[in-house]
Amino acid sequence: MYLTKEEEAMLDGEEGETLQKAIEILVALGEIYGADRLIPVKSAQIAGVSYKTIGDAGLEWISDLHGKVKIPSVLNPAGMDLHDWKKMDIDPEFAYKQQKIIEAYEKLGISPKCTCTPYYLEGFNASYGDHLAWSESSAVSYANSVIGARTNREGGPSALSAALVGKTANYGYHLDEMRKPTVWVKVECELEGSDYGALGYIVGKIVGNGVPLFTLQGKPDNEELKFLGAAMAASGAVALYHVEDVTPEARNNKFIKPDEKMFIEKSQIREIYERVGSDINDVDIITVGCPHCSAAELSLIAELLEDKTVNKEVWICTSREVANNHPELVRSIEKSGAKVVCDTCMVVSPATEKFRAMMVNSGKALTYVPSMCGVPTYFGNIYKCIREAVKE
Amino acid sequence: MKVKCRTISRGYAEGPLMITRDPISFLGNVDPKTGKIMDVNHELFGKSVKGKVLFFPYGKGSTVGSYVIYQLFKNGVAPAAMINIESEPIVAVGAIISSIPLVDRLQNDPYTFFKDGMLIKVNSNEGYIEVPDY
Repeated sequence: MYLTKEEEAMLDGEEGETLQKAIEILVALGEIYGADRLIPVKSAQIAGVSYKTIGDAGLEWISDLHGKVKIPSVLNPAGMDLHDWKKMDIDPEFAYKQQKIIEAYEKLGISPKCTCTPYYLEGFNASYGDHLAWSESSAVSYANSVIGARTNREGGPSALSAALVGKTANYGYHLDEMRKPTVWVKVECELEGSDYGALGYIVGKIVGNGVPLFTLQGKPDNEELKFLGAAMAASGAVALYHVEDVTPEARNNKFIKPDEKMFIEKSQIREIYERVGSDINDVDIITVGCPHCSAAELSLIAELLEDKTVNKEVWICTSREVANNHPELVRSIEKSGAKVVCDTCMVVSPATEKFRAMMVNSGKALTYVPSMCGVPTYFGNIYKCIREAVKE
Repeated sequence: MKVKCRTISRGYAEGPLMITRDPISFLGNVDPKTGKIMDVNHELFGKSVKGKVLFFPYGKGSTVGSYVIYQLFKNGVAPAAMINIESEPIVAVGAIISSIPLVDRLQNDPYTFFKDGMLIKVNSNEGYIEVPDY
C-alpha cells in the first residue's frame, strides 16, 4: 500500500500514540482488503456507542484515546434518550455508563448527536461521489444508494480512526468496479410505505452482500428507499443497491442487468404482514422510527394522532436535531401520550426487552427486535401501527 | 529459522507457541478477566492465552471481539503475539489497539513446522517470525 511521507511519519508515531494507532488500523484494513492508498473522507459516523453493545471493554478503550477528529463526526444511536432516559425506565447504572461513553467521544471532538440518519443533520450532507466513513448499516446503504456517495460499512474503531486521520483505505465501495449490480430484482406489484421494508426484508435474505438492481412499478420517495435499504442491510448485508430510473447512479450509468435475477410478487409482500409471532393482543408497545424519522414522517404521525389518545406504550424514534428543529410536531405527538424518543431506538436500547410483543413498521426492526431484544414482533404499515396504538 | 510473513499489527514479542485449528471469536470464546478459553466446544477449552504466541486460522464472530482483546490487554492476560493463516478486521483491530504484534500469510505452511510450546519470536516491525532450528 502506498503511503505519503506525512502518513509514514504518522505511522512511525511522530504525531502521538492515538494517531499512530488510528493510521495503523486504516493501513491494516487496507492491507487485508487490498487497498492501494488512503483517500480523504468528508465525514464520519461512528458505531460502537450503546453500552448494551460495547460494554466496559469499549468504554475503556475510547476513554484512553487523546486528540481531536479532523472531519465532522457523529455517533450511532445510544442505548437510551440521553436527556430523558427516565421516561424509558432505564437502569441508573446503565445510564451512568452510557453517559461516560458519550463524554469520552465528545472529548475527541465528536458531535454527541446519536442517530442512524446522519444525512438529516446540518454539516453531514453528502453529495454524489463524496467519500465517507460511515458505520451504521442503514446510513451506509442510504449514502451509497440514495445519495450516490461512497462508503464501506466501517466498524466502530475503523470509523473512529478515519475520523481522527481524516482518511480511509481505498477499497470496496470506494471503487467503481465494486458498485456494479450483481443481481436483478424485478418487482411485479405496486408498493407503498412500509411495503418497501417488507421488500428489503425478503431480498436481503436472498442476496446476502450482493448489489441488487431493482426494476420497480412506481417511483419510491426517499423515505421509502430508506426503509428498503435499512431492511436489506439487516436481513442481509446489502450496503449498496440501485433502482432503475430512480437512484442517481442508475440514472447516470446504463447498467447491464445481471444474469442472476429474481421476481417479487404481491403475495410475498403480503406474507410478511400476515406472519405472526404470538397473539396480536399481546402487543404492548408500538415503535416507529427505524431508521430515525425525518421531519416529513413526524408530520404524518402528528396528523394521524391529532385529537387521539394512545392506550399503549408508543415510541416515535428520531434524532435530537430533527426533534429540536420541529418542537411543534413533538408537542403535537406527545399530546396523545406517545413518546418522542431521541438518540436511541427500539433495537439498541435495553428498555424494550421487558415488553410482551412489539408492533413495528420497519423491515429492519422486524429483523432485529426478535433476536436482539427477545420480543415477538408484528409488522404493519404506519396507519395500522397508529390504529393499534389508539385502539380502546 | 526465520520465516517471512505479512505485518498486520506492528511490534516485537516472544513466547511459547499455542496452536489451534479452530477459529476464535474473542467475544464469547475467551474470558476477558482470566484469558482462559471458556467455550467447551473449542479445542483450547480451559487453557489460558496469557503470554502465549497464539496461532489460530482466523477470527470470527462479533466485532465487539476487538474490545475484548483490549480488555485482555488491560487485565494483563493477553497473548504476547498472534499469528493467523489470514487475519480479518476484528482481530486486526483488537491487536492494534492493544499493541499486540499480529502477522499472517506465513511464507511456509505453519502446520508443517509449528510445534505446541516451542519458543517463537514475532518481529512484525520487520515482517518475520523466528522459530528454533531442530
